[in-house]
Parts: sequence; C-alpha cells; structure tokens
Amino acid sequence: MPYIMSKPTCAADSLRPPLRPAGVADASTDGAFCSEDFTMRLLIVEDDRSAADYLRKAFREAGHIVDLAGDGEEGLALALDGGYDVLVVDRMLPRRDGLSLITELRGRGDATPVLILSALGQVDDRVTGLRAGGDDYLPKPYAFSELLARVEALARRGGPQAADTLYRVADLELDRLAHRVTRGGQEIVLQPREFRLLEYLMRHAGQVVTRTMLLENVWDYHFDPQTNVIDVHVSRLRSKIDKGFDPPLLHTVRGAGYVVRDIAR
Amino acid sequence: MSFVTSLGRLVRTTAFKLIAAYLLVFAVFAGSLIGYLGWHTQRLVTRQASEAIQADTDFMKSQFERGGISRLVQVVNRRSRAPDAGLLLLTSFNGEPLAGNVLNLPLNFLSQEGWQEIDYLRSDEAVRPGGRALVHVIYLPGEFRLLIGRDVVEREELRKIIIGPAVWGLVLLVVLGVAGGIFVTRRVLKRIDQMTATSESIMAGNLSGRLAVAGTGDEFDRLALSLNAMLERIEALMTGLKQVSDNIAHDLKTPLTRLRNRAEDALRTARTDEDWRLATEQTIDESDGLIRTFDALLMIARVEAGQGQSAMQPLDLAETATGVAELYEPLADEQGLDIEATIDGPLMVRGVRELLGQALSNLVDNAIKYGAPDVPGGRGRIAISAGRDGETVRLVVADGGAGIPPEERTHVLQRFVRLEKSRTQPGSGLGLSLVAAVVHLHGGTMRLEDNAPGLRVVIELPAEAEPADLQLSSGDAAL
Repeated sequence: MPYIMSKPTCAADSLRPPLRPAGVADASTDGAFCSEDFTMRLLIVEDDRSAADYLRKAFREAGHIVDLAGDGEEGLALALDGGYDVLVVDRMLPRRDGLSLITELRGRGDATPVLILSALGQVDDRVTGLRAGGDDYLPKPYAFSELLARVEALARRGGPQAADTLYRVADLELDRLAHRVTRGGQEIVLQPREFRLLEYLMRHAGQVVTRTMLLENVWDYHFDPQTNVIDVHVSRLRSKIDKGFDPPLLHTVRGAGYVVRDIAR
Repeated sequence: MSFVTSLGRLVRTTAFKLIAAYLLVFAVFAGSLIGYLGWHTQRLVTRQASEAIQADTDFMKSQFERGGISRLVQVVNRRSRAPDAGLLLLTSFNGEPLAGNVLNLPLNFLSQEGWQEIDYLRSDEAVRPGGRALVHVIYLPGEFRLLIGRDVVEREELRKIIIGPAVWGLVLLVVLGVAGGIFVTRRVLKRIDQMTATSESIMAGNLSGRLAVAGTGDEFDRLALSLNAMLERIEALMTGLKQVSDNIAHDLKTPLTRLRNRAEDALRTARTDEDWRLATEQTIDESDGLIRTFDALLMIARVEAGQGQSAMQPLDLAETATGVAELYEPLADEQGLDIEATIDGPLMVRGVRELLGQALSNLVDNAIKYGAPDVPGGRGRIAISAGRDGETVRLVVADGGAGIPPEERTHVLQRFVRLEKSRTQPGSGLGLSLVAAVVHLHGGTMRLEDNAPGLRVVIELPAEAEPADLQLSSGDAAL
C-alpha cells in the first residue's frame, strides 16, 4: 500500500474492512483511505448517552477533538463559547430541541456549520431542518462513514478550492469558467453531468465524498435510487480521467464513497 | 313517560324548532293581514254611512229653512216610513218626540250636538230588532233637535264574516302546522337515528358498515354519501395499517431472524479474525437492507396518510424525468439496456419533487431489473416518455421484459408482493406500492399495461398551469 496514514486508524477503514472476492479489479486502492489529515473540533449535542459515546470514540479515532452536550441548553451554551468547526445536533433533545438551538445560535450571529441528525424522517423534515439554519441533514440510522464525510465537508466548506475557478489535483485540471478538463495538458471531453461530478469531487479533493452526497449535490436528488447508480457514473468518469494516466486520482473508499487525491504527493 | 321523553326529544330537534318558528311568523303575518282587512272594511262602511247621513242632514236643513218645523215634521214622517230608511228623530227642546222612527234612546243623548254611535230600537218595526247605528245630532233654531242616523249592522256582520273564519283558520293552521312539524321531524329523526346507529356500530369496530342512502338526492343522501366516502377512506387506511403490521410481522421478521442466526453462527463457529470480519460485514449488510425496507415502509405509510401535501409546489416533471433517465442510463447500459427518453417539456405539475423522483426512479429501477433481454448479449430497450395530454400529464415507463400477467397487476401494487420469477432479484417488494401511493397523493392514476412483451406503466397526473416565467430548474443548481 503506497499511502501511509499519519493517524493510528481511520474510522472509515476500521468500520468497513476490505472484503471483496478475489479477482474483482477496481482502479481504486483498496480501502485504506480516509480523508486527508486534518483535525476538527466538534460539538455533538445528543441526549442518547451510548450513541454520543460511540460518536465521540469514532470521531476521535478519525483524529478529531470532540465535546459532548446532553441537552439543548448545554449544547447552546457550549456552542456559544465558540471555537467549534462543526456542530452535530440531534433534532429531539431535552430542555431545548435541536431546531430551536440552531435558530437561537443563528439569531446571535453564530455561523458555525451545523449538521442535523433526525429520527423523524418525514417527507419535509429535511427542508424544515435546513430552513431553521442547519447546513446539512442526516436521517437516523446512518452509517458513521456517511456522517464523518459530511462533517468533514462542512468543516472545509469555504476551504482553499471553494472559490477558485481552476481546480488542480496532480496533473488533472478543471477550469470552471471554460468548462474544460485536461490531464497532463491533454484535453478530456466530459458530458455535462460528468463535468459537475468531477467538479464536486475536485472541490473536495482529499476528502471522502459519499454516494448520497454526490446524489444530493451533483443531481440534487434527495431520495434513495435503490441501486448504486452512482457507481456506474463514477466508473465512467474514472475511465475518462484515469485510464492511460498514472497515478490513478479517483479512488473508491470501501464502505464510504470516493475521493480524488494525488497519493504520490 | 316514554311518550313524554320522545315528545321532548322531538321538540328539541332543529327541524321542529324551525317549523315552530315558521309557524309563528306565518300566524303573525296572517293575523295582521286579516286585522288590516277588517279594519279597512269597517272604515269603508262607516264612511259610507257618514256620507249618507251628511247628505240627509243637508236635505233636512234645507227643508227646515224652506218650510219651518211643520214641513220638517212632514218630511221626517214620510222618510221614516220609507223602506230602508235610516234612523230619524225630531224632538222639541225638552226631548219630546215630534216625528221619527227611533225609540228607546238614552234621555240625555240628544243634549249633545255631533256624531255618536248608539244602540237603538226602532219604533216602526217591532219585529226588526234594534241595532247599532251611527247618528248625527243637530240643533235647529227653536231648540228643535234632529237625529239622523244609519244602521251599521252590516259592518258588524262583515266583521263577523271576516274575523270568525280567520280565527278558525289560524287555529287550523297552527294545529296542522304542529302536526306536520311532528310528522316531518319524526321522519328526520328516524333518519338521524339510523345514521347514529350506523355510526355507533362503525365506532364499535364494524368498519365495513355504511350509511343508508334513500336515493332521493336530498341533503341527508348527500351527507350520507360524503360520510360513506369518508368511511371508505378510513377503512382503506385501516386496512393499510393492518396490512403494514402484518407485513412487518412477516417480512421484517424474516431478515431479523437471518441476522440473528448469522450472529449466533459467528459466535459458535468463528475462529479467525477473518471469520469475525466476514460475519460483522454480513450483519451490517443485513441491517442496511432492513433499514432500507423499514424506510420504504414508513415512507409509503406516510405518503398514504397524506403527509407531504404541505410540501407540494409547482415543478417540472419533464426535468425530473430527464434527470432520472440520465441518472440510470449508465447502469442500464451496463445491463444491456438502452434508455430511450421522449420527454416533451416543460410539464408542470403540483407535487413533491423527492417523492415523484423516488417513484420514477423505482419504475426505472424495476425496468432495469426485470426488463433485461433474455438472450445473453442481446440489447433491451426501456422507453420513458412524458407529455401533456389536455389537462393531464402522462408519464410512461415501458420495458421489454417478461411483464406482469393481467391477473397479477393489482396484486403487485400491494406491499411486499413479489412475483415468483422476481424472487431471485434483490428487492423488497415495496417499489410499486410506493409508486402507487405517491401517484395517489398527487391526485393521479396509475395503470399497468401489457407492452407486448414487457410491462408498461402509465401514470397520469393533473397538470398545473404553465408558469409565467420558467425558473432555473433545480436540477441544474449551480455548484
């Protein structure tokens, strides 16, 4: 394995170890990936103690610093003290519910990204949550890899590449204004949707991006497409940008999603 | 006792109160009309009498002026004897009668000049009883007093003719009205009692009970029909609920058992780390499948209960259909299927984008699963077409697979129903149920047809008016 993790473990990896029948070829390196090394400070507001402890343990294993709050009031007080990169807020909390916590926080001018966890799962639940000031929404039960990827995406929102017009990973370049993709100076022709897919992956270069995140952000679909339709789109894209080039840049993260990264760097 | 209580119940009903109120209003109106008529008739008779008296008075005065008291006595005597004569009496200053046809007058009566009404007796015809008369008394020079009057007995008779029947009529009206009221109210009560009894039996659990419809098209029929429609809906919901719990019992317990067995098996037989990993991996896969099924079930139940109606907004179904077709195109291609999308947009409907997208994606997913060509290496075809047809938007997803036999077509819309030949494919048997629920929520219809070969699903939704300006479709949201 050419890439050596600087962290002792990687949560996405430890949750879904490589497991595949022999002989199935994939352009990705096998599993040993999670997002690039960086540390977030997180506040998790969740009243279920065992769920909260599990989240703290898993986030710590992924190299992040985690505080816990057991109810809405405590969560609000800690959040207002500041210094967090992302808040993970359960919707139903004692003393002050999640939505009210977010509204209050936003009312006081605090713009810390918030991810809402909800067990309600109603049709318009997501819209309600986002309207209250949440930045992302994840229905329970969720896979931790999904939560981790989303929280990392939130923490790095407005990161280095967000406002750039030219995204670059190794010798792969994407010009957002000219709608042009080149690799090693050689132009690659992409379908409009493939372009948007690559654009999203490259904006989050080095971060794991889940299938649901792609479906939501590239297709704007908030429903379950039953089959892993995304995989086929990604493998088509991969055949265009990685085939015949070295090293491969678009990797599959087993049990989590995809990442665009120059592993040789 | 029971009669009293039933009468009390009758009197308390709205119908009876209404009838009583109408009766009262009508009686007051009829009474005042009759009173007004009577009063006017009396006034007319009185006026005629007083005009005649005035004419006589003028005549008598002129006779007196022409020929003095003797001529007046003659004239009075002559006139008194004429048939149909009025009342006449001429007296001297001390009240001694000189001529006339009136007897039995109060003594002091002639001491006042002017108009009066009196009771009298005639002197000339003892047979004819006295009556009531309007009289005019005048003083003539020489202290003579002259009384001229007219009988107003006609007026009294007229009053009797009008008032008597009117009073009886009113009494009859009230009696008939009350009787009719009781009759009508009892009929109303009977139907209400029927309705109450049916509702009570329904509340007691007999959900298939329905209110009787008399077929007269009256307001009770309309109420019964709309209540029956409501009951129909409740029964469908309750059946759905019962079906859900039955299904949960059966189709969720099976994978749960599998899950448990696998964990037990791992505990018993796993030796190496690799064994443990494999078992854990399978457990997670199994629970993901369970979560998926559970989510789909909940979604169907919520959609069927009408949730999400508040989230409805105008949207372009053409954009959603194009998006889904494009999303599935690579997968279909991989499975040896070409997706041909003939979408004639924009197709504005009122709906929830997530739900319509999910429904459409279920259909395309099914078409890919079951529409693949039998021949290895052969190419199949999935046709997605959408267009507007008058006031409806029609969406068709057709494949060239094995299709669904006609007798199975309603059956497959139920939850967890999977055709025998599809058991080998992954799936929960909830896909089409969700589509049906979503279409119903949007007020549309769904048909399964034969595509010869294959399945053709036709969905028709009510079209929304075209928007004035086409907004940027949300599918192309800027990144």
